[in-house]
Amino acid sequence: MERVSTLERAIRTVLIVLVLVFFLFPIFWIVLMSFQNNDQILRIPPSILFEPTLANYTTLLTGKLQTTAGNLDIAFLKNLGNSLLLSTGSVILSLILGVPAAYAFARFKFRLGENIAFTLLSFRFAPPLLVLLPLSLYFKQLGLTDSYFGLIWIYQLICLPLILWIVRGYFEDVSPDIEHAYRVAGHSWWTTFRKIAIPLARPGIAAAGLLAFIFAWNNFVFALILASADKQPVTVGALAFVTASGIQYGQIAAAIVLSVMPTLLLALYAQRYLVEGLSLGAVKG
Amino acid sequence: MASLLLDNVTKIYRPRGKAPVEAVKRVTLDVKDGEIVALLGSSGCGKTSMLRMIAGFEDVTEGAIKIDGKEIHRLAPAERDVAMAFEGYSLYPPLKVRENIGFALLRQRGAGADIEARVKEVASLLEIGDILDRYPSLISAGQQQRTSLARALIRRAPVSLLDEPMSQLEPQLRAILRARLKDYLIAHKMTTVFVTHDQTEAVALADRIAVMEKGELQQFGTPDEIKTSPTNLFVASFIGEPPMNIFAGEVSPVSGGVAVRGFGPDGTSAFALKAPGLELDASRRVQIGIRPHLIRTGTGASDATGRVITNHWLGDQSHISFDIGGCTVVGVTDQPIAARAGDALPVGFPLRAIHLFDPETGNALAHGLDRAP
Repeated sequence: MERVSTLERAIRTVLIVLVLVFFLFPIFWIVLMSFQNNDQILRIPPSILFEPTLANYTTLLTGKLQTTAGNLDIAFLKNLGNSLLLSTGSVILSLILGVPAAYAFARFKFRLGENIAFTLLSFRFAPPLLVLLPLSLYFKQLGLTDSYFGLIWIYQLICLPLILWIVRGYFEDVSPDIEHAYRVAGHSWWTTFRKIAIPLARPGIAAAGLLAFIFAWNNFVFALILASADKQPVTVGALAFVTASGIQYGQIAAAIVLSVMPTLLLALYAQRYLVEGLSLGAVKG
Repeated sequence: MASLLLDNVTKIYRPRGKAPVEAVKRVTLDVKDGEIVALLGSSGCGKTSMLRMIAGFEDVTEGAIKIDGKEIHRLAPAERDVAMAFEGYSLYPPLKVRENIGFALLRQRGAGADIEARVKEVASLLEIGDILDRYPSLISAGQQQRTSLARALIRRAPVSLLDEPMSQLEPQLRAILRARLKDYLIAHKMTTVFVTHDQTEAVALADRIAVMEKGELQQFGTPDEIKTSPTNLFVASFIGEPPMNIFAGEVSPVSGGVAVRGFGPDGTSAFALKAPGLELDASRRVQIGIRPHLIRTGTGASDATGRVITNHWLGDQSHISFDIGGCTVVGVTDQPIAARAGDALPVGFPLRAIHLFDPETGNALAHGLDRAP
């Protein structure tokens, strides 16, 4: 009995370590890289013993990239700001649009309701590259190319379906009679929605918002095509480190560390909601 | 505090891709000011649909609902001024029991101290005074149900709607609370409609009972009327525990009037009862209903001889089933009877225990054959 459980515990520990190494080692390696210069990064065999340098971070924060081919201006902080603006803006807009829609899909059965919900979900099926060409043409015609508004609008393709479907599951979990009880006590539909329905679905809304934020933050291809350098997020901005005099691995690593930070912190902070929200909301469909 | 009128109310559900379901069919119900009315029926008979239409969570397909003569069936639930206790309790999870109960009063003009006093009053009425500071998820189903009931009662609304208000309570507590609830409703002159499938509860609480089946109102009357003069076979067999004995039979001529003859399953005559005052055509086919509680056995009973099938003493009454010419008849006595299975006992059917129904429509033809019709 005892031996089996010891063995089991040992196996479990090994497996957990393997999983952690698999997922965390790249992050660990990137963090190490961000404190090395290009020579140290590229030496063979690689070593974790080196003299750390802060040069990569200074470069990013000052925006002056010195290479053998000359000095380059990079707009990493501007990119970071863009990422923040685009992701936050699109998540907020998606919440404003998606939460009432999720409520409607959960509570009311109406003509073509399921079809509309499915169509919204199907935005996630289409490969972005497939819709990019027509999108960029439309954007030119509408004058939306290279505008925050246009980009936030497009980011809805990512955020809205996610929020809609996760939050819908949450609303379906709440008994409509709880809202009825509130309404019969003399409250309007709108008050009931605000005071009862939304607070009860709050963990789901938080999880969906967070997940949508991460997805929006990590998006690359929409911003690459539809925005110029001025409006590009960090994912696209990191391309600037592929310079004429070589790829600046150190700066890329530092840029990754800095750009992962906001989502990582947010995810750690809201981890509880995320796990709860995904397992509850996503299972019920 | 208000009268309630359901005027020819019909409710049709139209599920997508399925045939429409007529859940409530042209029901007219006139509830007087301060009256307590039970909607009694088996599951799926439309009683909860009626309650939800009065509260405003379901549209009325046809007909009208009026409170104090004013049409309310197109108003939002908030504007109808009704209180409701839900079958699924529907408490607000983030609020304590105390807040859940007092919450409904916050909207009404009233000082905080007054709310506190009324919460205490209704909580002690329903025996939940000791759990006021707990959260709904941490109390038992019975306590949740009483909290939900308290939330409806505290408002003393013009019309109160209670959906299965005591289904989750243990029998002893239910009996106590039933009496208290009735006192409370009468003291505050609260017009109340409650749904139940427990006829004891309906009889004990209600001034009048509306018996429903398949969306149709079968009978609306006082508990006594429903028991002694059921309008049809459904009501007759639905009300009463154990249920009414029902046999096929006919009215046949005998010297000096007519008799009611009951048939066994093979179609032969099992018993015959002279009914001097009965004004029905001779040789008319009928369904005979006999209330178990009025059946007599032993000395003085001479209408038939029954072979005892089972004999159970329940502590306060005996349920005895007899075989009379192939018919199984259940009788209830309030004294234990020393008879074993297989024994033959004389059985008496007093004429007032007999109800006759039309075999085709099920409608009542006569109640209590000792009364002149």
